Amino acid sequence: MGSGHGKELNLTLKVWRQKNTKATGSFETHQLKGISVDMSFLEMFDVLNEKLIVEGKEAIAFDHDCREGICGMCSMYINGRPHGPKDGVTTCQLHMRSFNDGDTIVVEPWRSTAFPVIKDLAVNRSAFDRIMASGGYVSVNTGNAQDANNILIPKEAADDAFGAAACIGCGACVAACKNGSAMLFVSAKVSQLALLPQGQVERKSRVLKMVAQMDEEGFGNCTNTGACEAECPKGISLENIARMNRELMSASATYTK
Amino acid sequence: MSQGFLKTSIGKKIVMGITGLFLTTFLIIHVSINACIYFNDGGKTFNAAADFMSHNPVIRILEIGLLAGLLIHMIQALRLTMENKKARPIAYAKIDGAANSKWYSRSMGVLGSLLLIFFVVHFANFWFPTKVAVFTNHEHNSFESMKLVFDQWYFVAIYLVGVGALCYHLLHGIQSAFQTLGINHKNYTPAIKSFGVWFSIIVSLLFASMPIAMHLHIIQ
Repeated sequence: MGSGHGKELNLTLKVWRQKNTKATGSFETHQLKGISVDMSFLEMFDVLNEKLIVEGKEAIAFDHDCREGICGMCSMYINGRPHGPKDGVTTCQLHMRSFNDGDTIVVEPWRSTAFPVIKDLAVNRSAFDRIMASGGYVSVNTGNAQDANNILIPKEAADDAFGAAACIGCGACVAACKNGSAMLFVSAKVSQLALLPQGQVERKSRVLKMVAQMDEEGFGNCTNTGACEAECPKGISLENIARMNRELMSASATYTK
Repeated sequence: MSQGFLKTSIGKKIVMGITGLFLTTFLIIHVSINACIYFNDGGKTFNAAADFMSHNPVIRILEIGLLAGLLIHMIQALRLTMENKKARPIAYAKIDGAANSKWYSRSMGVLGSLLLIFFVVHFANFWFPTKVAVFTNHEHNSFESMKLVFDQWYFVAIYLVGVGALCYHLLHGIQSAFQTLGINHKNYTPAIKSFGVWFSIIVSLLFASMPIAMHLHIIQ
């Protein structure tokens, strides 16, 4: 795949353009010449946008922030996969060396009822924020922080919680899922707190509220294809979904207001 | 369990999983009884087993449960599919599904629909005539009707397609049901998954062997 350091590519880019949430979008084709294989995918878009601005055209809107794979802001459904052809990376960590000279690259926004397109490739992911606000928090005691070693946490639980907490909320799971389900995201957030002592206070109400909010946002239902896990840039495991299902069953059976 | 549970997306999936596993357990009984034809005794053992299945009161109550399970599984699948379609109103122009999942895990609806079409043929061939015989107090020779049906090559073909759809439906369905029920554990999941694969393959091969054996008159 790709060519060596310092080489350049000529590419055809088919990009989704959409004026606003209500507009009907369509694809726009751009020819790109002399794209360095050392560029990131987003830098390739920067080059294209500069060209469009010089030509007096409107730049393509796309989400990005840290450009080092930790903020979860970049999205883009590239050639049929969220975050492009590489496993375990975000779009900002995808480099043009993963493509070949002469390639046609199709770039679409995340497509989900719960993630309406704001403009072009930028989608509104505040559905995730509302799910978090519904229960993705812990009670905090005020005053001085107590000694960390006062609360003992088994190594295995800490590891699993940390694995779940690696979720950056980018929404690739929803984008990858044929049903547009948000189960991987929500289960990661439910798990990271359910596994730790600090998360026990709201444990039952949390899963009930977060699942209710997830359903209200219009995400689809999980069919266990595993596409979310395969496409997650942070390697969040399907074990979290099973855990959330257990949490919901037990909370539904025992929680009283 | 609170009333709202079955209305959540997870609750609905759990209904799919439980009914799916229930229907799967019936396959064990079905394939075991059918396998009686391999005694190759002119259908004596098989007919005795079939007679027990169609007349025993406990089995007949279970049969109602089985049909109910099948109905719930189908209606719930239809509901979930419609909801899932609504979750992505604009389809992607390009999808690389093979990069992240198995084709049959993404095709459970199609495989299930194929199974439904197969069931219509299958029920018309065997289940319905048996019921008629039971309710009109007639003798019914299931083995003879099997011979008649499987003498036709097109019925053999339909049954092989049906069993193929069953195999792939189970390949995803069994392990998926355990996952939905929250049974995912580093120690046990590999065993559950390989059980699912072996179960699907063995049951399907056994089912597939029967129309072929009858058609080729290996069983007489």
